[in-house]
Amino acid sequence: MSNATAAAATSPSADAAQSPLARLGAAFVGRLVIIIPYLWLLFFFLIPFIIVFKISLSQTAIAMPPYTPVLDFSGGISGFFDQFKQLSIDNYTWLTEDALYFNAYVTSVIIAAISTLLTLLVGYPIAYGMSRAPATIRPTLLMLVILPFWTSFLIRVYAWIGILKPEGLLNQLLLATGVISQPLIILNTYTAIFIGIVYSYLPFMVLPLYSSLEKMDYSLIEAAKDLGCPPTSAFWKITFPLSLPGVIAGCLLVFIPAVGEFVIPDLLGGSQTLMIGKTLWNEFFANRDWPVSSAVAVILLLLLIVPIMLFQQAQARAQEQGK
Amino acid sequence: MNATWSRFNITSIVLGFAFLYLPIVLLIVFSFNESKLVTVWGGFSTKWYVSLFHNQGLMDAAWVTARVGVISATVATVLGTLAALTLTRYTRFRGRVLFSGMVFAPLVMPEVITGLSLLLLFVAVGLDRGFFTVTLAHITLTMCFVAVVVQSRLISFDRSLEEAAMDLGATPVKTFFQITLPVIMPAIVSGWMLAFTLSLDDLVIASFTSGPGATTLPMKIYSQVRLGVTPEINAACTILIAVVAIGVIIASLANKRREVQRQLDEQAAQRG
Repeated sequence: MSNATAAAATSPSADAAQSPLARLGAAFVGRLVIIIPYLWLLFFFLIPFIIVFKISLSQTAIAMPPYTPVLDFSGGISGFFDQFKQLSIDNYTWLTEDALYFNAYVTSVIIAAISTLLTLLVGYPIAYGMSRAPATIRPTLLMLVILPFWTSFLIRVYAWIGILKPEGLLNQLLLATGVISQPLIILNTYTAIFIGIVYSYLPFMVLPLYSSLEKMDYSLIEAAKDLGCPPTSAFWKITFPLSLPGVIAGCLLVFIPAVGEFVIPDLLGGSQTLMIGKTLWNEFFANRDWPVSSAVAVILLLLLIVPIMLFQQAQARAQEQGK
Repeated sequence: MNATWSRFNITSIVLGFAFLYLPIVLLIVFSFNESKLVTVWGGFSTKWYVSLFHNQGLMDAAWVTARVGVISATVATVLGTLAALTLTRYTRFRGRVLFSGMVFAPLVMPEVITGLSLLLLFVAVGLDRGFFTVTLAHITLTMCFVAVVVQSRLISFDRSLEEAAMDLGATPVKTFFQITLPVIMPAIVSGWMLAFTLSLDDLVIASFTSGPGATTLPMKIYSQVRLGVTPEINAACTILIAVVAIGVIIASLANKRREVQRQLDEQAAQRG
């Protein structure tokens, strides 16, 4: 046991100094520490998912809110159970019948996977370079990686519109230097989405990579080199396997939110690109079809449940090691 | 360490940071552009900043965003600190796995799902959408980030300090406020900052949970971006970046000073 009350109990002198009432008060406060955040998350995080699931099974109605009621107790017990008979999987059948949704899911997962790989390729050398930098400048480098994370996501994505536009800064530069003779069409393509995701999520990749690379014992590499191992195979045999926890954490931190990303495909991908976050948004805001958007959300969540659980375990393991 | 490797390291760091910072620098530079075109330089001017302050809609949205940010960050810091204490100090209680799941899942959950589910909750319980609901939504999202930041500080916390205080007769509550809280304060401050900037930044969740009269700055910027890129938006973004950068720099300087002071105190205590 490692809680505060247990620590107090191990010291009888302190215990004797407290009145029973004070001890009871302390125990109550101890419980509150758990209960308050627990109830908050239960009410604002878990219960909403149950509601999403329930509404994904209800019918679309032209009303406000635009679906049949969630839980209506006005009909008494029998009325309450009657509602379950009205539940239908129509919305899910609808999702499977329309190829649009299926394509959106598949495209989102593929785009997220490719972007995660690209972010890893871009982020690894940065994290490696940082971990090998002189110890005195490492905190500054770390600060410089975190700083863009503090500036608005929306702004960082917006900044790329001006760069990638056909008459934008990148094309101006390339045309002026004579690398290309026709402006490149990058904005409103999947390429722009890749650039946007890699750029926006790079700090999420670099930070876990850096923290596992920094802990590494570099005498291992020197030993390998002394024994005649070439640098590349030393990297694949020693450095990379040892940084694997960071690789996994970083990839999950990028992949999971990227699958459901809305801002990047909407602003950089234009109307031609298809991603599920955008589909859900349009279903909700443009079509005002709440039950179908709920069904889209439920399936997206099912797709992500395994990566989320892997992330959870990685976090728990990191916490155990920190102790 | 041979020379080629370290040259490789320096190159990758320089290129990486150029990639991270160049878009933001360009955005700031073109907010001072005389021309209405964002991508063609027409001379230095601050006229977009002047017109920004006359844009009543944008100013209203900025005020809403600031209030939502301060309130939600403050509540989220309290709740997140409690959650961090629960995660690190209470290793055994019923439903602990569910609890840690509920703390970590929102960190990676796609925002469209969180936004939609919170909206449906507010509709189900009959809350009118507006300022209050956006604030509740932001508290829920950001308290998890605070919990992670504070938790990482609590893990490395020296528990013998607390035990010493309690051996000397301090109650657990008094021990918390006099020993634990001052030590984890830097983490709590950065947790608050993180919560505030996340709230300032959020478009998706705010769009779902907001109602008439509670348009936040990102919602406003987003609707203008969809109409086209203008130097005025660049100016608004530059001000936002400046506010956050100044805040982060002040907080990190304050943290550093406190850290130095703490080390001096420890040295003095060891000598004494």
